[in-house]
Amino acid sequence: MATALSVQQLTKIEAHIAAHKTMPGALLPLLHAIQDDIGWISEEVYVPISKALALSVAEVHGVVTFYHHFRRHPAGKHVLQVCRAESCQAMGSEKLEAHIKSTLGVDYHQTTKDGSITLEPVYCLGNCACSPAVMLDEEVYGRMDAKKVAELISEVRNG
Amino acid sequence: MVKVYVPRDSSALSLGADRTAKAIMAEAQKRGIEIELVRNGSRGLFWLEPLVEVVTDKGRVAYAPVQPKDVSGLFDADFLHGGAHPLNLGLTEELAWLKKQQRLTFARVGITDPVSLEDYLAHDGYKGLDNALKMSGAEIVKSVTDSGLRGRGGAAFPTGIKWNTVLNAPAKQKYIVCNADEGDSGTYSDRMIMEDDPFVLIEGMTIAGIAVGATQGYIYLRSEYPHALKTLNEAIAKAEKAGYLGEKICGSSHTFNLEVRRAAGAYVCGEETSLLESLEGKRGLVRFKPPLPAIEGLFGKPTVVNNVISLATVPIILDKGAQYYSDYGMGRSRGTLPIQLAGNLKQTGLVELAFGATLRELLYDFGGGSASGRPIRAVQVGGPLGAYLPESQFDTPLDYEEFTKIWAVLGHGGIVAFDDTVDMAKMARYAFEFCAIESCGKCTPCRIGSVRGAEVIDKIMMGKDQVKNTQLVRDLSDTMLNGSLCALGGMTPYPVLSALNHFAEDFKPRDFGLQNKKVAA
Repeated sequence: MATALSVQQLTKIEAHIAAHKTMPGALLPLLHAIQDDIGWISEEVYVPISKALALSVAEVHGVVTFYHHFRRHPAGKHVLQVCRAESCQAMGSEKLEAHIKSTLGVDYHQTTKDGSITLEPVYCLGNCACSPAVMLDEEVYGRMDAKKVAELISEVRNG
Repeated sequence: MVKVYVPRDSSALSLGADRTAKAIMAEAQKRGIEIELVRNGSRGLFWLEPLVEVVTDKGRVAYAPVQPKDVSGLFDADFLHGGAHPLNLGLTEELAWLKKQQRLTFARVGITDPVSLEDYLAHDGYKGLDNALKMSGAEIVKSVTDSGLRGRGGAAFPTGIKWNTVLNAPAKQKYIVCNADEGDSGTYSDRMIMEDDPFVLIEGMTIAGIAVGATQGYIYLRSEYPHALKTLNEAIAKAEKAGYLGEKICGSSHTFNLEVRRAAGAYVCGEETSLLESLEGKRGLVRFKPPLPAIEGLFGKPTVVNNVISLATVPIILDKGAQYYSDYGMGRSRGTLPIQLAGNLKQTGLVELAFGATLRELLYDFGGGSASGRPIRAVQVGGPLGAYLPESQFDTPLDYEEFTKIWAVLGHGGIVAFDDTVDMAKMARYAFEFCAIESCGKCTPCRIGSVRGAEVIDKIMMGKDQVKNTQLVRDLSDTMLNGSLCALGGMTPYPVLSALNHFAEDFKPRDFGLQNKKVAA
């Protein structure tokens, strides 16, 4: 059962839709604006978006599901992305991934029980000179190891 | 007042540059010393970040790597005047790593404050545009063609020829699209340009717009680069304010507007037609070609789609001339390539060199060998769709054609080194897995071939019908190579087959914990 959006959230979304209505190629910028603000893309917004942009609901759904970045469920308070790409693999990211999963007790695309961290894989953060790399919300961290990640995790959980 | 530089590049930040900057400011305040702290781009010596520089009479002196705990000692050693300290590396310009390079596209990177237009102008910025404004569109295009610049995104298509097609395509509206969806592992030169010298990209796109008659530009930026997004938007706002973007650029009759659009984490959108679909607000499905984007691109209009590095190289070509640029390089690979050293190397970072240097020079002279101290066994060049090269191929010069000869790709110039603990069967499997995750789904060889490929490699690793299944991987790769619609499916066989060809010994049954158990028949 999907979480229902609040009246306030729906009002905000209406404002985003109005602001993007006349923009060429508006759908991605609009979805970004909604996710930046609300944290995720609820199916409730498909109909108003499709009406405003003259698209079918299926087209909106198709775009939301095509791109890895858009989430259809609320995320935890923080999002931890772990790089799985080759450069990080060359520096031991596989072990780091396993360690992070067991520390958090979740697999990729899942959120910890306390709701603090959502774990996501990512394929390159452009920090390949400092592998292995992770990204916590909008900050990149390089040359990570089990200890540094544990510190990062406890910082956000306690902070 | 002493000027101190602490980088703001996101790789430097990932190693604590913000904390270092804060510690320096706090310590200066504590000691009652006034300093001017500038957040520059990175010089690209990432194993030494955070690299702090101090301006002295003799030039900029480097101290690295500086962590907050080092700061008070640096003040004690009078680092503000270039004082001796274990972290003192001497004059930055004299560092061998930088001295051996030929920085053309990256001329300003690490030296200037990325978001200071004054700094950009003081370091030869907008000289290319000045010249371009005195030329006709055809003359600008000719200059780019004569320079020999080829698409630095990986496909290496001559930039001038692409521009010429758009120039000659009759249309009221044309577009310049910058492909900043740098998703290849081992590459970060686009990110560095956007974070560390954004005006050079803006200038390059403006010149492109004037050349072909396009008035609107889009930078399609990957969503994994939030710092680049902020920096670009800040630089665009400043360029607009100063009359370098918008209507009547620098008092001329030209108009060029520029907007950054965020991608949404689909690797395939680095493919130009899929990128255009995405910019139009659709799923990033690859388009059939023809029509070429140069004829029918964004919203059906003639469109130049170029990589960040290609566009960021245009200003120096227009500033110093086509000949100056084409004097660098070898064979048909003219100019320089910003090479990115990554993975298991002691000294990782950005090395801009004329085409022609060998992989071995890069791995050992610049890279200093592996970070782990073990032998380098395999090197992947050109991103996740690039071939794995064994030691016997390390003497290959970095040149598009030389790489083609050994069935490898130079691509975007990313070099990822692996030591001898790498399991190449796993890397081949990963290539299929990555393709399956990122496939747009439009063509069958890519959508289904990638999934089946991973399954067959699993069977090989389990020791099931090794000979038959190895042949199956080769057949499947042949289908993907020749039958895919774009490079994603079409090039996944490069890492797979190169692993199979050069590292066959890794494709053997392995211990899945089943060795001591009887496997049910």
